[in-house]
Amino acid sequence: MDKDMYILGIETSCDETAASVVKNGHEIVSNVVASQIQSQQRFGGVVPEIASRHHVEQITLVIEEALAEANLAPSDLDAVAVTEGPGLVGALLIGINAAKAFAFANGLPIVGVHHIAGHIYANQLMQPMEFPLLALIVSGGHTELVLMEKHGSFKLIGETRDDAAGEAYDKVARVLGLPYPGGPHIDKLALESDEAVDFPRAWLEPDSYDFSFSGLKSAVINYKHNIEQKGGEVNPSHVAAGFQQSVVDVLTEKTSRAAKEYGVKQVIAAGGVAANKGLRASLDAVFEKEGLPFYVPPISLCTDNAAMIAAAGTSMFVSGKRGTMEMNGRPGMELVSWND
Amino acid sequence: MIWLGIDTANMPLSVAIVKDGTILAEVNSSMAVNHSLRAMPVIEELFATVQLQPKDIDAIAVSEGPGSYTGVRIGVTIAKTLAWTLKKPLFGVSSLKVLAANAVYFDGLICPIVDARRNNVYAGVYEFVDGGLTAIAEDGHFAIENLLDVLASKERPVLFVGKDVAMHEELMKERLKENAVIAPFPLQLPRASSLIFIAQQSGQEENTHAFTPEYRRIAEAEANWLMQQRKDQDNE
Ligand SMILES: Nc1ncnc2c1ncn2[C@@H]1O[C@H](COP(=O)(O)OP(=O)(O)O)[C@@H](O)[C@H]1O
Ligand SMILES: [Mg+2]
Repeated sequence: MDKDMYILGIETSCDETAASVVKNGHEIVSNVVASQIQSQQRFGGVVPEIASRHHVEQITLVIEEALAEANLAPSDLDAVAVTEGPGLVGALLIGINAAKAFAFANGLPIVGVHHIAGHIYANQLMQPMEFPLLALIVSGGHTELVLMEKHGSFKLIGETRDDAAGEAYDKVARVLGLPYPGGPHIDKLALESDEAVDFPRAWLEPDSYDFSFSGLKSAVINYKHNIEQKGGEVNPSHVAAGFQQSVVDVLTEKTSRAAKEYGVKQVIAAGGVAANKGLRASLDAVFEKEGLPFYVPPISLCTDNAAMIAAAGTSMFVSGKRGTMEMNGRPGMELVSWND
Repeated sequence: MIWLGIDTANMPLSVAIVKDGTILAEVNSSMAVNHSLRAMPVIEELFATVQLQPKDIDAIAVSEGPGSYTGVRIGVTIAKTLAWTLKKPLFGVSSLKVLAANAVYFDGLICPIVDARRNNVYAGVYEFVDGGLTAIAEDGHFAIENLLDVLASKERPVLFVGKDVAMHEELMKERLKENAVIAPFPLQLPRASSLIFIAQQSGQEENTHAFTPEYRRIAEAEANWLMQQRKDQDNE
């Protein structure tokens, strides 16, 4: 690249209104996130209509702040990248329509980015990706193992057959009476606990890279039910530790087996659950032993943000991908390669 | 002065560019097509038609609702973003008042209506006085039966405006008898030129960042939450 490239990223797929400017696809110039957790907590989960109402309130402020922090004018930008899907459709539409209006007003090209491609490219903001690369995506809506042979090329090798890992965390947290979102609370309890309940691990078929977490969730519910029927009381820390161990064991084993089978040069983790301390420690230990570089972005880049959308958007933009003024929210969008 | 007007509050879409009191171009449609697919392409086409650049406009008017939550938000998001990035003033106008503007010069009450499902409507009551529209009642969300009872008690002709009037026509005639007047179809779609006209006449400039739709209803989850809070308080 002879000239520096600046891309504005916009992300509104769930409950964070976010905008960011990224330079040359890997350098964060600004990264603004307005979270709705405060407002959504009282509902015990994200209410789509409430999320959309917050986004429309925040969107121009957040974009303005991202440009101000970057000390850039719209005319300094090369393109706008926005999350096109998957996500809550009403929420996606706010980011998409703001991105289109902004691009139109300033004569900029627009690129529609897959949210999970964004989570993967969060890693590009920390260190260059090396291929072949294995990505473990674990978030509120996704649990996937993706093989990348080059930039913008994705091959799904495993996915959840029922609940996503983050979903399982949130559901179990609710069973234990922990506040929303439950992942971080379970993580904390698990790390502090000196004892763990023994819950089953869902290995599925021996050669499968798929996941399943709904059985584990039911096991937790049954365990609590049984103890309470006998007039006892569950120890939430012991349950949290047992649940987390089961999730972490399965994620770690399948990731390390896939890394070996596909002979990858780098393993990365991405998505909200990649913030989990137990999971990080376990993957770190395994890949250190195997001498494979394993990376996971800092927590602020694991949860939803727009820098990751700008990073993935830059790779798409460089590959010649362009969106149009007809871009619509795609709640069930599939991750497809933009470079094959 | 060049104005851009945008109405995506309900199924119809209307976009207009008005220059010094002349409509340069206006697009009106009423199709079951997502506004996210149509709104920006139509805006882009309109600018090309009138051979203007986005930066050439001086003000933006948008329909602020009530209506379809998602529909209103698409127009409001586009209008907010354009106003902010182009540094132009933004004006929000009631989607119902825009409909009422189709019926100025009517001698009686003007009742714009948008269906809100389950025998509910968003509606307003307006009157054309001294060359402008005056709101007789605040826009709101009503059970159609209650609204018609109130209108019947006024014992005056009422002109019902809006695409969704047809859904309730029978009931209107039953309750208001000959006082129920149904607007002919050319007057049933909101027009962005009227939106601009109202904004020019009586619009108040909005704080662009803080501007949000007038939903006229709290979200269902919030209503349930408030009800639960009250119950919890009573139980204490
Ligand atoms: N430390 C943690 N341990 C486990 N789960 C976590 C942790 N931090 C966040 N999460 C989970 O991550 C999910 C949110 O991640 P995010 O990437 O925003 O998901 P999505 O975008 O798919 O909704 C939630 O389910 C939350 O509970
Ligand atoms: Mg996410």
